[in-house]
Amino acid sequence: MRFAAMVRSLSGGTGTSFRAEGFPIRAKMLYTPPLMSVAHSKIAFPHRHLLGIEGLSRLDILALLDAAEEAVSLSRQVEKKRSVLRGRTQINLFFEASTRTQASFELAGKRLGADVMNMSVANSSVKKGETLIDTAATLNAMRPDIIIVRHHCSGAVELLSRKVDCSVVNAGDGAHEHPTQALLDALTIRRRKGRIEGLTVAICGDVAHSRVARSNMLLLSALGARVRVVAPSTLLPSGIERMGVEVFRDMKEGIKDADIVMMLRLQLERMSGAFVPSLREYAHFHGLTEEKLKYAKPDALVMHPGPINRGVEIESAVADGAQSLINEQVEMGVAVRMAVLEALSQHLPG
Amino acid sequence: MTDKAPHSIALINAHLVDPASGKEMRGGIFTSDGVIRDFGPQVTKANLPSDALVIDCGGDVVAPGLIDLRVFVGEPGAEYRETIATASAAAAAGGVTTIVAAPNTTPAVDDPAVVDFLQRRARDNSRVRLLASAAITKGLRGKEIAEIGLLQEAGAVAFTDCSHSIRNSQVMLRALTYARDFDALIMHQAQDDDLAGAGVMNSGERASRLGLSGIPAAAEAIALDRDMRLVKMVGGRYHASILSSSLSLDVIARAKAAGLPVTCGTTINHLSLNENDIGDYRTFLKLAPPLRHEDERMALVHALASGLIDVVMSDHNPQDVETKRLPFAEAEFGAIGLETMLSAGLRLVHSGDVSLVRLLNALSTRPADILHLPQGRLAIGAPADLIRFDPEEPYVVDPTQLHSRSKNTPFDGARMQGRVKLTMVAGVVVHG
Repeated sequence: MRFAAMVRSLSGGTGTSFRAEGFPIRAKMLYTPPLMSVAHSKIAFPHRHLLGIEGLSRLDILALLDAAEEAVSLSRQVEKKRSVLRGRTQINLFFEASTRTQASFELAGKRLGADVMNMSVANSSVKKGETLIDTAATLNAMRPDIIIVRHHCSGAVELLSRKVDCSVVNAGDGAHEHPTQALLDALTIRRRKGRIEGLTVAICGDVAHSRVARSNMLLLSALGARVRVVAPSTLLPSGIERMGVEVFRDMKEGIKDADIVMMLRLQLERMSGAFVPSLREYAHFHGLTEEKLKYAKPDALVMHPGPINRGVEIESAVADGAQSLINEQVEMGVAVRMAVLEALSQHLPG
Repeated sequence: MTDKAPHSIALINAHLVDPASGKEMRGGIFTSDGVIRDFGPQVTKANLPSDALVIDCGGDVVAPGLIDLRVFVGEPGAEYRETIATASAAAAAGGVTTIVAAPNTTPAVDDPAVVDFLQRRARDNSRVRLLASAAITKGLRGKEIAEIGLLQEAGAVAFTDCSHSIRNSQVMLRALTYARDFDALIMHQAQDDDLAGAGVMNSGERASRLGLSGIPAAAEAIALDRDMRLVKMVGGRYHASILSSSLSLDVIARAKAAGLPVTCGTTINHLSLNENDIGDYRTFLKLAPPLRHEDERMALVHALASGLIDVVMSDHNPQDVETKRLPFAEAEFGAIGLETMLSAGLRLVHSGDVSLVRLLNALSTRPADILHLPQGRLAIGAPADLIRFDPEEPYVVDPTQLHSRSKNTPFDGARMQGRVKLTMVAGVVVHG
């Protein structure tokens, strides 16, 4: 049974409405792999790894979003289990502390039937001085099918992917990319707004150190959104003007008439004089308040990758307000990761 | 400032000097409600309202009041050296109608609450306008950038770490970058502290003969050159607080020629004095940066005349007797200067090196422009901040007669010309 059809039959519905109306281009229709005739429908995703949004085509992205859409429906049922990853081993290798991303990948893997192992770096041989490549070789010898990696160094996940035989998913590498976050953000936006093309998205905060910002800039631009970044100059990377975004230093100007206000998390240790003088100054000029949010469109939606610093980059009234999508983003996170895992599993041997 | 002053005041029969336009003319100025209503030859006793207080200036110069970019006012924390009341009295006597209070107080002006404190104290105790400058870095320690946005919202007009040079280039870059977002002015006194080392005066023959360690002029130029490269990277308004040598002038000349948003200043001391004035260890002439060779002083004077040096300030730094009555190497840096700045500047006019218009331009119009202030010019609607003086009138500087709480003047007993006879702030006579 085709995945989509199965989901529909299980949920008793016909899928979400925008897929019928809002998105004329459906990747599944355009991409027809030669082995399509066998039981499962394929997700048109021709990559072995997911290392970043960079390198993905618009169609690759849409294929993942469409598949994630179905995973949302599945996840809302009582019976959430599928078996596409049955017998597969998924290792979550997090060199950086994470709660929601790691849990999200774990749930996604389990819902697809995989055996999921969480490697806690705190107790691992990494702490004993093992190099990244040695760790990769060790894990590779255990014959996993998918490794989910988060690392504090940009490029570390790509390096690891070259040393293993399985699929690798980047769950955040340094200040480089966090592709599943960008995908889940796009899914969240598309479900609420029915489209991404033509929307004005203001990404606000510590852009310089944010992998979420980089992935989102790439993905949202690829899908036709107008992307702005809003931050004090000390939190903007050099050359940002040439990265296809509009740059604003003033919050009110930056979020004026925006459809989406996407706040970034602030690393508090950067906030005591190194990049920004103080938390209170940052909150005053760059924190999202109800008053500043009035400059965005009346139906603007507020997003945040979490965890939030209440009263710093976002005040509670906004984070918990009617325009906030913060909790919905978490739900979409599981769905997007299910889609990614399934898409990559198509390339696994056997 | 008193409320008992008459509604309108006219200064007539004056030699008007407008350093903004460069125009000089015989005539009068009519002020009311704190602003200049009319000025020029047509302002005579005959055509003034009957209720106006008319002051006949007898041909004296009348010009915009002076604006001093760095004055240590003692508050908060060093009231034994100076207070806002005594500093502003000295300012009024010296023709300085706007003082920019330095942030190197205790606590430092690195918190909006201190800006607020200064404004309230000034409202109650100052005879002249007092504007706050704030620290670039917290505690002027050169490590973490201060709350430039909140400080500016509180009223800080510029940012400076005073004589503390920011050693860390990354901190300086971030400060310039961050300040640019607020169009905030960074005023930096550049010095390579490692090269300056424990120096206490200009490096050279004098220092060697006195057995004192020296600060080479390159220490200033190297740091200034670094700053220019950073300004070129990020933009942002930069003012080099004090230049002391021709090496530094070259750096600024190149930066200005390249179109960088840079201005510069020096102090009246560096234009008036040289290292020989230190004589036998006179600590009142221990200044930061140090007084240099006579050739360097003349280079500064010429740069003032040409306009390469935008601004002259007093760097008024009152020091307690106990911190100056020490061996030269152990004494504090700094000299008072509010009250003698104009007369000392007029020496350069009398010597024929600088025109009166250019001098007054550097003492009023240029600092006003840099701070985006409306004063510092004769214009209808401009604040009635005015001074009257006779540039020829001789006097001898008597430290006991100075209004500052501290008496560490390097011009002790100096013969000067051009004492301020009248100072008006916002249309109110505050001196004379």
